[in-house]
Amino acid sequence: MNQSTEAGTFGPSVAEAAGTPPSALIGRSHARGRFGDALFFNLTRAFAVVTLVLLVGIVASLTWSAWPSITTFGFGFLTSSEWNPPAEQFGALVPMYGTLVTSLIALVIALPISFGIALFLTELSPAWLRRPLGIAIELLAGIPSIVYGIWGLLVFAPIFAEHVQPWIGKTLGQLPVVGGLFSGPALGIGILAAGIILAIMIIPFITSVMRDVFETTPPLLKESVYGLGGTTWEVVWNVVLPHTRVGVIGGVMLGLGRALGETMAVTFVIGNASLLSGVSLFMPGNSITSALANEFAEATPGLYTSALVELGLILFVITFVVLSLSKLLLTSLQRSEGARS
Amino acid sequence: MNHLRIRRKAVNFLALSLSLAAMAFGLFWLAWILWMVIDLGVGALSMSLFTEMTPPPGSAGGLKNAIAGSLIMVGLAMAMATPVAILAGIYLAEYGQRTLLGKVTRFINDILLSAPSIVIGLFVYAVYVANVGKFSGMSGAIALALLVIPVVVRTTEDMLALVPNTLREAAYALGAPKWKVIMLVTLRSAKTGVVTGILLALARISGETAPLLFTALSNQFWSVDLSEPMANLPVTIFKFAMSPFQDWQQLAWAGVFLITLGVLLLNIVARVMFRKVEQR
Repeated sequence: MNQSTEAGTFGPSVAEAAGTPPSALIGRSHARGRFGDALFFNLTRAFAVVTLVLLVGIVASLTWSAWPSITTFGFGFLTSSEWNPPAEQFGALVPMYGTLVTSLIALVIALPISFGIALFLTELSPAWLRRPLGIAIELLAGIPSIVYGIWGLLVFAPIFAEHVQPWIGKTLGQLPVVGGLFSGPALGIGILAAGIILAIMIIPFITSVMRDVFETTPPLLKESVYGLGGTTWEVVWNVVLPHTRVGVIGGVMLGLGRALGETMAVTFVIGNASLLSGVSLFMPGNSITSALANEFAEATPGLYTSALVELGLILFVITFVVLSLSKLLLTSLQRSEGARS
Repeated sequence: MNHLRIRRKAVNFLALSLSLAAMAFGLFWLAWILWMVIDLGVGALSMSLFTEMTPPPGSAGGLKNAIAGSLIMVGLAMAMATPVAILAGIYLAEYGQRTLLGKVTRFINDILLSAPSIVIGLFVYAVYVANVGKFSGMSGAIALALLVIPVVVRTTEDMLALVPNTLREAAYALGAPKWKVIMLVTLRSAKTGVVTGILLALARISGETAPLLFTALSNQFWSVDLSEPMANLPVTIFKFAMSPFQDWQQLAWAGVFLITLGVLLLNIVARVMFRKVEQR
């Protein structure tokens, strides 16, 4: 009964949308076709709703599981740096700091590199090299994060500690204001190493968005500046970049979202210290994801588990906001493109 | 005047050199990582990887149970998620382009595509593992399935949108109902592209570790029982690589080699197939 009313309301609109003359629906199998259509429509729609249910389910179930911790610690959870399972005292400051700082380091490194690569792929590279080089950079995104992790811990960190960190300490570490960030023992693993590996992991995402949006610049605009005698750099800096600014920011946000939620690579190299020991980026730290990966399976049920779930909820909310912004920026660029053409 | 010209040329040269350097920087990491994986991974390969169980520390062994567990969970996840995701993708491309539900679903789907996979693990833990009371292979497969859905929804929608409308109109003109048009004409002509998406999703979950940490956990022994904790390659690699034991680290590199090889092959096959779609 329900089905037939659905079909009644939905039949004509489909015919309209598809541009089908109503007469095409009149025939021997008319009724059967309409029934099949209604069934199929509702089936696909139900599965589309699954995606929405998934999102609501994630937020609701995490909030439910985190509720004991939310009520016990309140807003203090966000500002306390204490993480003491035996005493059942939990605060999110240290892992939140680790997550934000590693992602920020990753962005600072990945943004100029991605811009350079996108510039190379769209303006400099010979046409025959564009595709293989583009695929090579995209393969960086294909490598599973556990591979980055084991490579970071067993290959990168020792070399980083022996050759790179002492050099950074001697140069950047001597600067007046930021020097404190780059001092201390060269351990290899730590917040800085995690940030660098995250940077490598998000380069392909930012690059791919930048390349796509750069290609939307109308050739006419670029050619006008070339015609006036502009150099390639002047065209990119004064025409392409202003034209695609919104999309570039969207790409950067996408990279940030990826960096915030990355788990395995960070867990391997961040050092997993649940105490904040000074401002130096050389020191080991902890991120939300690494705290979850290391502690969750062994946590005692109750407040400990609940506090860890709350960390996960905070992470999900932050990444949701960042990724939503990214998506909104990118769609608004698409829309303005559509309006222009 | 001349001075300005030289300056502009110099700035241009500098910027383009830096761009070339950035490209080299990106390729450098890819080459270094792949080289280490091959170098250390091939050295650790042997037939016993596929015939022996994961060993206790300090003795030789293989990865048989982990490989089997990964195959089972990944296969099950694909089987559960693919039909759901393709149907949802069909809704977005064929029915819901302009509807509110379509727009919201598309938006949410794109967010879930990049959402942290460890949160998916937490979600499955909260709704499934916590209620059943123990870690299990089934919960691992569910977590992986939830990661497949956004990828396949996205590619299915994109690929269906590439199908020319004339094809649909021709089928309607013959009097076919809409569902037949979609299943027999639209979906069939987008088949290659949809399979590409499935392969990319497969590649993505093959290396996923975070969502398995507190769903499937791991298992040192042979087990194909879906209601018990199940061994799997990524978590085994995690555990072995973090350990101080030389044998375990060797096995971890062998596992990393297998996963990287599989994932990169899937990526390349998917790209070659997608190129065919583009050329048509």
